[in-house]
Amino acid sequence: MSTQQPPMPQAPAAPDWQAAPGGAYPGYTSPIPVVRTHLGHALASEWTKIKSVRSTMWTLGVFVVLVLGIGMMAAALVKAHSGSESLSGQTPLQLGFFGLLLGSMCIITLGVLTTASEYGTGMVRTTMTACPSRLRVLTAKAIVFFVVAFVVALAASGFVAMVQTSMLDGVGGAKTPSGGDWLKATLGISLYIALLGLFSLLIGSIIRHSAGAITIMIGAVLAPLVIALFMATQSLNKVREWLLEYSIPSQMSVFYDNSLSSSGPTGWDPLWIMLGLAAAAFAGACALLQQRDV
Amino acid sequence: MIELAGLTKRYGDKVAVDRLTFAVRPGIVTGFLGPNGAGKSTTMRMILGLDHPTAGDVRIDGRHYAQLTDPLTYIGALLDAKAVHGGRSAYNHLLCLAQSNGIPKRRVAEVLDTVGLTAVARKKAKGFSLGMGQRLGIAGALLGDPRILMFDEPVNGLDPEGIHWIRNLMKSLAAQGRTVFVSSHLMSEMALTADHLVVIGQGRLLADTSMPDFIRENSRSYVRISSPQRERLLDVLHEAGITVVEAGGGVLEVDGGKAEQIGELAARHGIVLHELSPQQASLEEAFMQLTAESVEYHAHADPGAAAREWGTGWKGA
Ligand SMILES: Nc1ncnc2c1ncn2[C@@H]1O[C@H](COP(=O)(O)OP(=O)(O)OP(=O)(O)O)[C@@H](O)[C@H]1O
Ligand SMILES: [Mg+2]
Repeated sequence: MSTQQPPMPQAPAAPDWQAAPGGAYPGYTSPIPVVRTHLGHALASEWTKIKSVRSTMWTLGVFVVLVLGIGMMAAALVKAHSGSESLSGQTPLQLGFFGLLLGSMCIITLGVLTTASEYGTGMVRTTMTACPSRLRVLTAKAIVFFVVAFVVALAASGFVAMVQTSMLDGVGGAKTPSGGDWLKATLGISLYIALLGLFSLLIGSIIRHSAGAITIMIGAVLAPLVIALFMATQSLNKVREWLLEYSIPSQMSVFYDNSLSSSGPTGWDPLWIMLGLAAAAFAGACALLQQRDV
Repeated sequence: MIELAGLTKRYGDKVAVDRLTFAVRPGIVTGFLGPNGAGKSTTMRMILGLDHPTAGDVRIDGRHYAQLTDPLTYIGALLDAKAVHGGRSAYNHLLCLAQSNGIPKRRVAEVLDTVGLTAVARKKAKGFSLGMGQRLGIAGALLGDPRILMFDEPVNGLDPEGIHWIRNLMKSLAAQGRTVFVSSHLMSEMALTADHLVVIGQGRLLADTSMPDFIRENSRSYVRISSPQRERLLDVLHEAGITVVEAGGGVLEVDGGKAEQIGELAARHGIVLHELSPQQASLEEAFMQLTAESVEYHAHADPGAAAREWGTGWKGA
């Protein structure tokens, strides 16, 4: 009985790395024209993605309902119960704050879902196979999301600001908002919320888990304020003040000049703070994306 | 052409893919076989640049995956049929893939038609059956009309008609000169589809051979014999120079198709036979033995024992 050797893997023919790409490799040639892809293709793809899922319509729909609903309700309440001095020294624009604060939760959710949901479904493998440049994918997602979030936020905040000023013109000693007030309460807050959403999108890319990333982001928005409220001890006063001034709701209120404290960020400062956070998160997300397996 | 050179992937202590070196050539269907956890999917993910190899290199037509500027027109892959957003329609899923590679929109309708999903193109992928999901994944792979196609267990969840369809699809794709690389657990399925076989076990290359060679080497034919006069029969066969292997339960096995010869010998010596049946070892058995041995070889690290056991499996070629 002859003992045959186990079939050894055939000695591999050393692959000829030097071969000219394409030319040296025979095989099928497609009639489809070959294009050199660029960021524009990724943008088109991400735009199709974001508009073809229900979660986009839901989160943006709820955002608009919250901003308009709460903003107009607040204006109507103030108008109904206005004493002669109820709004003295304030502009009607300030009533838009609450709607946008609550609405920002929707933008955070949409931001996280834009990246993290692909990990939940496994779609990310298909995406990265179609576009091997991971940075291009992330950049396209970030741009498409930012533009969508900004446009919707600007439309909603602009509309509610106009309704509020027309409803409350001269009511209860309300101040007429200046051009600067208008810019901050529309353009400023919309840029801020879109950047907050972009930051969430990047956290979603880092955490890779929708529910986890949404929880973290909502916690980050609410926790500092809640913690500060419970820090009654004298020794922690400094920390408490810092938390109050730099918590995200306080930063948002800066755009309406009704900051929860007197010091801390003023003017357009919150925008630069959020821009810095988003830039740092983008760098972190890029580094992790390059390094990790999909 | 896909070329792997010493491709290795380690997850912590676990070596999922161990120094794989082979090439997948155009114009034929190459089957990629291995039991569960052998490393097939991991290898395919590394080919697509999704997982970074721990060591080694893999190239597609001489280039790294990341260097392909329009990858879907180069290589189409079906990794996991469920890797779609359930809330998106089949049409939109394919459309966003097409757009990312600058593939004309009309291709979406074409591939939907090819896989037979036109009627449900606007339906959400969430509601798709396993087979429909598999077809959608195949549509995505065909979208760019690529030179190379890679399928990870494409017949999973398909009904017999679907299996027949995909078998023919793969053969026709290869006949057009494309490279077709398809993984499976099922040797019997591959025997019908593949022209070339790459077998791995525990991440290691076990065989890289053409299908006809594999069949010739592995489909051992033998004769099963049982007799109440076992000792006498053994003597007679020995005298006639026929090698006998004792299988369990008093059954004897003789390699080759010698049933007539043995029957005549027994009759001449007046030996009663209860069974005399020609047998053919199935390819499935050969495959199981091949991969099982690799596990054993790995565990004991005793080349002698392994070689002896190999001998029984591989003789009579
Ligand atoms: N991301 C990961 N982290 C840790 N271990 C992994 C990972 N991916 C795969 N493995 C391990 O690597 C081995 C190979 O897995 P792989 O999925 O490639 O096998 P396979 O041949 O595709 O199996 P199957 O036939 O079941 O699909 C398995 O033991 C698996 O547990
Ligand atoms: Mg697998």
